[in-house]
Amino acid sequence: MAKEINETMNWKELTPGGTIYTAGNAENFNTGDWRVNKPIFKEDKCIQCLLCAPVCPDTSIPVKDGKRLEFDYDHCKGCAICAEVCPVDAIEMIPEGQDE
Amino acid sequence: MTTEMKYKFKEELNKEERFTGGHRMCAGCGAPVAVRTVLRALNEEDEAVIGSATGCLEVSTFMYPYTSWRDSFIHNAFENAAATTSGAEAAYQSLKKQGKIDKDTNYKFIAFGGDGGTYDIGFQSLSGAMERNHDMTYVCYDNGAYMNTGIQRSSATPRYADTTTTPVGKKGRGKSEFRKDMTAIMADHNLPYVAQTTFIGNLKDLHTKAKKAIYTEGATFLNVMAPCPRGWRYPPEKLMELCKLAVETCYWPMYEIENGEWRLNYKPKKKLPIEEFLKAQGRFKHVTKAEKKDMIEEIQAEVDHRWEKLLVKCGEK
Amino acid sequence: MSIREKLSGNEAAATALRQMNPDVMAAFPITPSTEIPQYFSKYVSDGRVDTEFVPVESEHSAMSACIGSQAAGARTVTATSANGLALMVEELYIASSSRLPIILSVVNRALSGPININADHSDSMGARDAGWIQLYSEDNQEAYDNLIQAVRIGEHKDVQLPVMVCQDGFITSHAIENIKLEEDEDVKEFVGTYKAEEHLINKGNPIAMGPYDTADYYMEHKYQQNRAMENAKKVIEEVAAEFKEMTGREYGFFETYELEDADYALVLINSAAGTAKETIDKMRAEGKKVGLLKIRVFRPFNRDRLVELLKDVKYVAAMDRSETFSTSGGPVYHETAAALYPETTRPEIISYMYGLGGRDVTIESIESVFNDLMEIEETGEVGERYRYLSLRE
Repeated sequence: MAKEINETMNWKELTPGGTIYTAGNAENFNTGDWRVNKPIFKEDKCIQCLLCAPVCPDTSIPVKDGKRLEFDYDHCKGCAICAEVCPVDAIEMIPEGQDE
Repeated sequence: MTTEMKYKFKEELNKEERFTGGHRMCAGCGAPVAVRTVLRALNEEDEAVIGSATGCLEVSTFMYPYTSWRDSFIHNAFENAAATTSGAEAAYQSLKKQGKIDKDTNYKFIAFGGDGGTYDIGFQSLSGAMERNHDMTYVCYDNGAYMNTGIQRSSATPRYADTTTTPVGKKGRGKSEFRKDMTAIMADHNLPYVAQTTFIGNLKDLHTKAKKAIYTEGATFLNVMAPCPRGWRYPPEKLMELCKLAVETCYWPMYEIENGEWRLNYKPKKKLPIEEFLKAQGRFKHVTKAEKKDMIEEIQAEVDHRWEKLLVKCGEK
Repeated sequence: MSIREKLSGNEAAATALRQMNPDVMAAFPITPSTEIPQYFSKYVSDGRVDTEFVPVESEHSAMSACIGSQAAGARTVTATSANGLALMVEELYIASSSRLPIILSVVNRALSGPININADHSDSMGARDAGWIQLYSEDNQEAYDNLIQAVRIGEHKDVQLPVMVCQDGFITSHAIENIKLEEDEDVKEFVGTYKAEEHLINKGNPIAMGPYDTADYYMEHKYQQNRAMENAKKVIEEVAAEFKEMTGREYGFFETYELEDADYALVLINSAAGTAKETIDKMRAEGKKVGLLKIRVFRPFNRDRLVELLKDVKYVAAMDRSETFSTSGGPVYHETAAALYPETTRPEIISYMYGLGGRDVTIESIESVFNDLMEIEETGEVGERYRYLSLRE
């Protein structure tokens, strides 16, 4: 697998003009460390209405076969929009680090 | 295209995401919600070229060496998302006609711009591209100010909003002009499809409109209100509530114009006073906390005036 | 087999653009380049080209659309002058940094203000730092030949840079002169088909172009452009050699006229070279050792070659048709003087500002420049190093 571009690389190794050929590679960038609060998925309460999934700015609620999965904590920034829209309180916000 | 489209919500969410996490937009930003929803309206077998103006969206989602976009993406400058995307579309038409692109390859062209890059500096480029009727969709994520450069006023900023170039002070009471009605201006370009929407419920309205806009041939325009928790000063988790208030107070009506026919998509059973929308945001604190109610009254009068005009246009009155 | 014709510079440029059959042309009219998109629209209307013509609403949008189009994988061209070029300057930088080999036919005209529609080089000189290869043309033949070669130069894999081909407004663009054109088939074969390695419209291989660069990356990206410009020097010569094989016409970085044994020489660009050559003929007949170095390629600037050509000249007048307001001269003077500076033996060099806003250049005025150089030799004194030619004082 091609080495990921980083700031130690010289001008020959960087892509010309900054064009990127690996679409969607921001996935490899962790924004989860931004969190102040963390959402906890209460699966037993969840009615799988999926209202939370599309309102996440960070695509951190994956959906598969019509069901939402566990949070993508590598990208979730803890904005809590999902917790607000959940009609059955299946998402609980706790301070980051509290569950460790 | 006036067929009523069934919104198969869960099926739509099963689609592969075209916009990844790992970008640097603020926590709770409305813009990525607009982007994800619009891109979800694309058919899975279709490719897309996304153009974007400089702004929060572009700089945060395409910071070298990372990109959040799974489709081809081009950023050029601040004022020319429409012109740039129209160039890519022209190339597509040319290459397809000459047989240089496979007949089965289907590309859609979608340009994103903030209100700055759409209403103001990007206005000329937008108007030109739309007037030439390129087969493309322009989506404005309207957060009502030049947010990326630090919350300066734009012509989309509502009256009396506190911004960094219309700051509240000893004499100043925020922005002095009412906001430009961009959707109406685009409607008067005689485009096949123009719509105004925001995030409500399971995003059916935005999704349906995005689908119509993308799959209607010719130039189409979507104006999406995308709240900004920093610029509007509200707790980030309240995104959906803000949008609901905007719609229920008739500040941001949801309507569409299809082949010149105006249609209102949502009429609140009970129209809320504009104060409900204003008091949810810190940028209007000086308005809602003022002793005199004249500012609220002025804003209310304008909201009512525009709402009445819209009702007439949509044949609701 | 070349075809003899009589065309204006604009029609010559339009013909070259037609023969390369670009996929897209996005253009906005401005005097005196307006005829180029007009001729081209007629070609489109008559079905003589496959080009998609986009009548954009401003020059800024013209270059914006060109960028979108070229990025999408289409060979894209446009034309402009003066303030049109100035309006698209921001975009010029982006076209070159995105490494898009767009072709731009510039018809040189003075930048406002005051508004003036005549020839001078303030427009293309104002864009000289934008990272575009710049080719200058003395007449309609050169404009035509340069455009054809430009495609091969810009699209070369070691270059991948946009190219602007310049000719003087009205003097060249509107004057009908003899020209040798090549057959459509020959030009088509020479330019080949554009095949970008990575482009927006490429099923299964999406790309993202135009990132936000932090300070960790910007400088390396600029260096890449610098290297490409350096590579262009070799490519320019290779393409010229191929072009000579096809047409018999020879091109390099510069053109010399009676320079080999010249004691006094002018360095200049574009149509004034024609007047200079006539003046040189007249003065040579009088036994004066005068010569000309005409610059064809201004970007990249081949300082090594220039130094080689001027090293035996004693007195040089670098002539500029655009101000920089440095108060010491224009771009041609600055580049030439900087190139010569490190040499142990080098000519005395003075700077002339001429022909601004279309101010007429005559045999008399050119002769006076040579006479000034001879006077410097005689008196041993340079006097004013920076002078204005044909100014009413």
